This record gives sequence, C-alpha cells and structure tokens, in this order.
Amino acid sequence: MTTPSRLPDPYGQGGGANLADILERVLDKGVVIAGDIRINLLDIELLTIKLRLIVASVDKAKEMGIDWWEDDPALSSRARQNELARENAELRERLAQLEPARPQREEAP
Amino acid sequence: MSGLRYVYAVCHPYESPLQRQLSGVSGAPPKRLTHHGLVAVVSTVPEHEFTEEALRANLEDLDWLTATARAHQQVIDALTAVTSPLPLRLATVFRDDSGVRSMIEAREEELRRVLDRLAGRVEWGVKVYVEKPPESSDDSSGAGRPPAKAVSGRDYLRRRRDQTRAHDDVWQRASEFSDRLHATLSAFAEDSRMHAPQNSALSGATGQNVLNAAYLVPRADSEEFVELVDREKDDVPGIRVELTGPWAAYSFAGEFSEDPGVES
Repeated sequence: MTTPSRLPDPYGQGGGANLADILERVLDKGVVIAGDIRINLLDIELLTIKLRLIVASVDKAKEMGIDWWEDDPALSSRARQNELARENAELRERLAQLEPARPQREEAP
Repeated sequence: MSGLRYVYAVCHPYESPLQRQLSGVSGAPPKRLTHHGLVAVVSTVPEHEFTEEALRANLEDLDWLTATARAHQQVIDALTAVTSPLPLRLATVFRDDSGVRSMIEAREEELRRVLDRLAGRVEWGVKVYVEKPPESSDDSSGAGRPPAKAVSGRDYLRRRRDQTRAHDDVWQRASEFSDRLHATLSAFAEDSRMHAPQNSALSGATGQNVLNAAYLVPRADSEEFVELVDREKDDVPGIRVELTGPWAAYSFAGEFSEDPGVES
C-alpha cells in the first residue's frame, strides 16, 4: 500500500488561505534549484515589498525580544549590515592582535 | 518547442493519480517526468510569460504573483495528498524536458537524501496572535474618543498609564504563552522552524502576529498534533492561536548547494 496514512482535514487552506502563508513558503522556503531561466528572487523589488508586508511591526516585536529574523540576511537589511559590522569587528580584532607585535606599542594615550 | 517546463516539486515515484482537473501555473495540467527513479512534477508554461525578462516584470506584479503562487501551491497540495514532495521555489523553469532530466542527474544524490528525510512527513504551521487590546477597559460607550468625564489632567494620565500597563501585560502573557506553546509543540514534532512574524497587511489576519512557527510531523502523528494544538491553545484572553496545514515540508527542505558538479 502506498497510500499515505490519513491526514486531518486541511486547516486554514483552500480558498481562504492566507496569502502571506503561501508566499512565505513558495518564495522563501522551497528548495532553490537553478533552472535554465535564471532569476534571483532577491533581485526582485517585490521581495522588499513582501518583506515589508510579511514582517510584523518590528518595533513591537523587538520590545518582546522577538527578533530571530534579524539574523537572517535574506530577511533583514539590518542583518546584512550586522554581518558587515561583524566582519569589520573581526578584522579589527585581528589587526589588534597583530599590532602588539610591533614595537611602538609602548606609549599609552 | 512549445513552451517551457515549470517544475513544482521532485518526489519519489507515487502510485495514486493526482486529483483530476488539476491545473498548474498558466492553466496546463501538471504531469510526471520520471528519470533515474525520481519524479519531477512539471507543466508547460508559455515562453512569453517565463523568459527571464518577462519573469522579472511579472514577479513585480502582485496579481500575477498571487495567481502563480496559488497555482503552484495547489499542485503542491495535491501532491502532498498522495506523497511527500520536495517543493521547489516558485518559478523554477527549464527550457525543455531534457533540461529537467539533467538537473535530476546532477542533483540525484542530494534529492534522494532530502526526500528520504521528508518521507512520510508533513509540515504544520502555528501562529500566535495578540488581539488588539480594547481602547480602555471602561469604554462601553463604544466611541473611540475619551469619555467626556475625563476631568483632570491627573485622571487622564492615570487612565493612560493603566491602559499602557494592561497592554504590556497582554504582550508579556503572549510572549510567555508562545514560549510555552513552542516548547510543547517542538517536543512533539521531529523538527521545528521559527519564521518572521507576519504583517496583517498581507495576511489579512486581525491582531499582531507574535509567533510564526513550522513543525515537521509524521503523517501518522498529525491527528495527534492537531489535538495537541487544540488542547494547548486554551482560551487565554487576548491571545489567538492559528493552525495551518498540512503543508508539504517547505520549511524543512533545507539548503541545496548553489551549483552541483555538473550544470545543465
């Protein structure tokens, strides 16, 4: 028998399906396989619109500590900036580690 | 060459036919393309809508996107009824069948690995909303404006403060409730993912979305999962729980390497 076991009736789908639920999945979650027609959904301006629409009032959520999407570069320009900032900090740290090796580290400010 | 090939999903071979009269993106019925023992579910889409240039423009068109996303999801839903498909992202398009076959060959191992992991499982979505708190607790007059009897500035300030506090209480409770719910559900599910909360402008839902999570659940346990959500959702005032599914395991399809060894 290849028939899958019985599933409960669908919830929240069908005609009344929440568009955000569908877009979230088909645009954001499905597996990305490069086809012959190549298009990067991230280049599509609509993605920005989508994000503006999907992501809830950020301030309120952040007050509650709900901010997991902020770490997702695909979802948040902030995260992209953070990534830059982190890289920056890393580089600085590496520089700082190199600096002491040099003699002129004597004078304190 | 009549049109391009739009790929919805890759699956293990399945026996039950898809529901009849199912139409895919652009109206053509989806069909199976079997290669190397894997099935790609494809349909023909018109070239003028799906070339790179056309696609770029169409994706900016919310009506087109909505129709396409719904058609895509309809096919995935039909597949989910008979098997556990690996859903591809919207608008995965190849020139012809041989392009699809090359993709399967190039990705065979990866595809099998993920399909094995997802076999017999579905995804359930659970969202928690905070309902808009009433403007003020004693506002039975219905009008949105402050009652005429707001006499002194001190009274006004006190009322404002009480409102703010009540509001914060709801958020605090919602936050704790969501944590608890998520802990319970992820203990039951095989895997879980947190998604960004949704904005009501697109979802049309009332209230503020505070938890938006997906759970990977074996089909056989789905009924139990639904009951669990039902039991957990209590009737906490001001908080609403919404269940969606069963979805194909979108949130658990995982990352695929950008380019496999061979390119079509």
